[in-house]
Amino acid sequence: MSKSNLTRRGLLKTSAVAGAGVALPTIFTASSAAAYTNEPTGSTVTLGFNVPQSGPYADEGADELRAYELAVEHLNGEGDGGMMGTFSSKALQGNGILGKKVEFVTGDTQTKSDAARASAKSMIEKDGAVMITGGSSSGVAVAVQALCQEAGIIFMSGLTHSNDTTGKDKRANGFRHFFNSYMSGAALAPVLEKMYGSDRKAYHLTADYNWGYTTEEAIKSSTEAMGWETVNTVKTPLTQTDFSSYIAPVLQSGADVLVLNHYGGNMVNSLTNAVQFGLRDKEVNGKNFEIVVPLYSRLMAKGAGANVKGIFGSTNWHWSLTDEGSKAFVKSFGTKYGFPPSQAAHTCYVQTMLYADAVQRAGSFAPCAVAEALEGFEFDGLGNGPTLYRAEDHQCFKDVLVVKGKENPTSEFDLLEIVEVTPAEQVTYAPDHPQFAGGALGNCNNGA
Amino acid sequence: MLGLEKKDIRILLIVAVLTLFAPFILNPFPAGSGWAQFNAGYPDLMQRFVIFGIFAIGFNILFGLTGYLSFGHAAFLGIGSYSAVWMFKLLSMNVLPAIALAVITSGLFALLIGYISLRRSGIYFSILTLAFAQMTYALAYSVLTPITGGETGLQLALDDPRVLDGASTGSNIPVPGIFGLEMRSNSQLEMGDWVFNLSTGYYFSGIIMLLAFYLSIRIFRSPFGMMLRAIKSNQQRLNYTGLNARPYTLAAFMISGMYAGLAGGLMAAMDPLAGAERMFWTASGEVVLMTILGGAGTLIGPVLGAGLIKYMENILSKINSDILHTWFAFLPDGLEDFVVSMVYPFIGKGWHLTLGLMFMAVVIFLPGGLVEAGQRISRIFKRKKTDETSKKSTTTEPAE
Amino acid sequence: MDAIILQILNGLDKGSAYALIALGLTLIFGTLGVVNFAHGALFMIGAFCAVTLSRILTWSYTVIDETKTDFLGNPLKVEVPYVHGLFGQATGDAIIDWAVPLSILFSIPIMLFVGYAMERGLIKHFYKRPHADQILVTFGLAIVLQEIIKYFYGANPIPTPAPEVFTGSFDFGAMVGFEANQIIYPYWRLVYFGFAAVIIGAVFAFLQFTTFGMVVRAGMADRETVGLLGINIDKRFTIMFGIAAAVAGVAGVMYAPINSPNYHMGMDFLVLSFVVVVVGGMGSLPGAVLAGFLLGILESFASMSAVIDLLPGINQIIIYLVAIIILLTRPRGLMGRKGVMED
Repeated sequence: MSKSNLTRRGLLKTSAVAGAGVALPTIFTASSAAAYTNEPTGSTVTLGFNVPQSGPYADEGADELRAYELAVEHLNGEGDGGMMGTFSSKALQGNGILGKKVEFVTGDTQTKSDAARASAKSMIEKDGAVMITGGSSSGVAVAVQALCQEAGIIFMSGLTHSNDTTGKDKRANGFRHFFNSYMSGAALAPVLEKMYGSDRKAYHLTADYNWGYTTEEAIKSSTEAMGWETVNTVKTPLTQTDFSSYIAPVLQSGADVLVLNHYGGNMVNSLTNAVQFGLRDKEVNGKNFEIVVPLYSRLMAKGAGANVKGIFGSTNWHWSLTDEGSKAFVKSFGTKYGFPPSQAAHTCYVQTMLYADAVQRAGSFAPCAVAEALEGFEFDGLGNGPTLYRAEDHQCFKDVLVVKGKENPTSEFDLLEIVEVTPAEQVTYAPDHPQFAGGALGNCNNGA
Repeated sequence: MLGLEKKDIRILLIVAVLTLFAPFILNPFPAGSGWAQFNAGYPDLMQRFVIFGIFAIGFNILFGLTGYLSFGHAAFLGIGSYSAVWMFKLLSMNVLPAIALAVITSGLFALLIGYISLRRSGIYFSILTLAFAQMTYALAYSVLTPITGGETGLQLALDDPRVLDGASTGSNIPVPGIFGLEMRSNSQLEMGDWVFNLSTGYYFSGIIMLLAFYLSIRIFRSPFGMMLRAIKSNQQRLNYTGLNARPYTLAAFMISGMYAGLAGGLMAAMDPLAGAERMFWTASGEVVLMTILGGAGTLIGPVLGAGLIKYMENILSKINSDILHTWFAFLPDGLEDFVVSMVYPFIGKGWHLTLGLMFMAVVIFLPGGLVEAGQRISRIFKRKKTDETSKKSTTTEPAE
Repeated sequence: MDAIILQILNGLDKGSAYALIALGLTLIFGTLGVVNFAHGALFMIGAFCAVTLSRILTWSYTVIDETKTDFLGNPLKVEVPYVHGLFGQATGDAIIDWAVPLSILFSIPIMLFVGYAMERGLIKHFYKRPHADQILVTFGLAIVLQEIIKYFYGANPIPTPAPEVFTGSFDFGAMVGFEANQIIYPYWRLVYFGFAAVIIGAVFAFLQFTTFGMVVRAGMADRETVGLLGINIDKRFTIMFGIAAAVAGVAGVMYAPINSPNYHMGMDFLVLSFVVVVVGGMGSLPGAVLAGFLLGILESFASMSAVIDLLPGINQIIIYLVAIIILLTRPRGLMGRKGVMED
């Protein structure tokens, strides 16, 4: 187990002019001594893992934390090394990062942007964290990313799917490995066309906030491009728990596909309600009625139970992938914790590895050096095939999985089956794509 | 002095001294030690202490004095934050206009909401304020996204106009400051193993809190404050004497709304982002809990309550099982694991449990809140003193 | 037209859920005068009774299946529920399938006990304390109960399906002459509606037609006088508290198939149930039920896409907007009594 960071003030102590043990106050303002915020000068480096530990996404946060602990173990040369063995870059030695032992602090985002920022700030101001990572919603990711930009810290986002994170709210110090709404649309549309034909009428229920808007737009534009008609789009409040009054009119509208642009608790409830209404047994316009859930998460699918069977969606990663990287990760995670990792865990593990590797290659923890090492970085062996960290918007481009709720699960983890691995080219878009318009990356910030 | 009685001067001085030395008082443990986990003296948390202190002081003016329990006060905090961030975006990164606008807009909203809600009393009033706040939250999170930023919150952007500051220079978003002094700038003072943070933002908010505290003492001691207390004790009697209580309660509501707006504006000044969650009913509930926890109707109670809740939220939630293992490493292995597994549910992700238990414990054992704890302790000391004096002279009787 | 009928149907169902939750709360809050922020937690515990019973019923032993492998490549462990061994596979599956309705029987004694313990152990000491103290203590209790559930069951929603026979929906429209599939309604929601009607009716009958109910009603109106008559009103109030908890609990049990239970579902319903009770009027049971149905139907109307297009965001605020309008036009809600929690 890694020890908690207890000597995080090493940096401050050494940079102050030590007056031979005399307790003379030595004042330095943040801008004078250190080359960049929280420069690690001792034998350790501190990373900040900011995940939801309370609130609806607490289980997802717990899984992220497990992945982080595993990553730290591997970085420090303990355990079986996991994906370090399959990662195409061999810079990491298993002796920490740049020879410094990796330590970490944890915090609770509560899935609220205020709380997440408070927790990230305490990691930066109090614990001397040099990188912040984690989170389970786009609101939190965007808020913490902006904070890290101001503070001069690298932010490696966790689970965030909204286009905005690397679209209008992108920041030079922030990096996203997770896929986004646009990619979901681009990956899903061809599969849906193949399965359900190109003459379909879709009805969208959309969570009434930023992520919902970008997802609705992405799915709508890519399904319309292949010939589907969008009958109606209805916004549902985030706090809604019973979706019956939104689902009941769906059949009346003449639609034959229901798209649920919902995540987390909203998704569990709306899907459960829709199945309860017997929508999937109905026949409209001479076709079977179908339901689509653009963003799947295995943890959340578990909450919907048998209702997910046969329902299509997209996901960033799934433990049943058979490439070497995924197998190595599932093995070391499964051996340690006794169950397979979630996609959130995978992203968080990979983000930690990518950060550590970038530091190693750059030879410095300075955010600008790390950003430079990550920008345009191409790698393989971390589970999604060959991947590019694009320089223009700090978004990863890699294969996206189209999945379907499994009809006959063999265990409580075996809920999704991979229908298609959509190649990266198909989900790649131009950096100035209209769905990502607005905002500027700015320049990397080393902080004080 | 300052138009205050001696007793109030003493309280004000205590608060002033505590605020001034908070960076030292809150960092009692050397930076490298295991106990440093409990240090709260870093800029963000200290700022939160005073900002939520202001929020609670303001809430107490309404609730503590008039007894009207508003369950939607967080709306004013949110409105203040949004106004302040808009001011940063449009006008200038100087915090003064931002805070001024925050106070004014939240005051106007408070006037409107108060005017409507105060037509009812008791629980009906509480539900009206709750309904207004929930509407503000729901709209800010969804359909008002162009104005409020919705889920991601309202943020600064590189291409904001910032009329007074001129075209943005460089490629980084400027930070809020006051005439060039950045709110985030922080000096660190090292004394041996101890490191203390002297943050500009903290002292700026601290001074504002002292002013707000002073103003609240004046309100408590003024004829206006007496009138508010009269409303609390018996509004009917007041009505029979021919006095209309409404203008007084409305004024109190508006003042406390402006305090909330001030807190919201300061929050944005310390950290220029305004999110809709700070208007959710749980946020309104939090200030109610802070006030009751500290001691409703007392001057210093709400500040203590705010501090305690924010301390739990920010310190307790960050302790993870690894830290526990380092603490109890001195125990034999089996015992260490046992102790860690006993303590673990109460910290880290279980910090809510501790919070809930604390609420119950305080209200069961200390009906007057934390202030009562202070009084009981001081009474014990006083009693000792009186005991000593009574031994000396048999004529003096103990006070109780 | 059919769209409106559909939303009325929807509203009745939503309303029955609101009415049921508000009914328990109004017994405690509207009549005993205790601001019970832990009421949502009681609802949540009820839902978790259903989860617990289905866990007990599916309590399993492991059989190793050599022909299949798990995600690490080891032989797959197949869980076989004990009920299969006890009753044979078919009966066993049927019992598991009916876990939710069975949980009603399971939850009533538990909830009665929880309510009893809560009142005797905690609330009793707070009748005479200020409402602010009641809020603090019950809010603290709610958090504690919630965290305990989270500790044992995790934070994710847990699927708790209704029995197989209730899946699918009833084509109401076809029955009254509309086209097929125009007005459909899930069977389980019809069951929920009927169940709510029975419970509401039972509580009313109990208070209206039994001596016990009469004494309690008298006690609500004037506690001291009833006490002076030599009637032990405290004991009856304890029982009422237990009943209120049981009502909240069974409401939660039956709601579990509609929304997969999670540990914070109580907090999600808390604010709403307070709004319903207050809009109905403090101290009025019929008021709470009426307000529940009214808000349920209006919320359903507001979620129609034609309405949302006309007034964007109306579905977000309808409940609160209606609450404000009602409280401004009717000072004590729909049917509130004078002097209850007005100061």
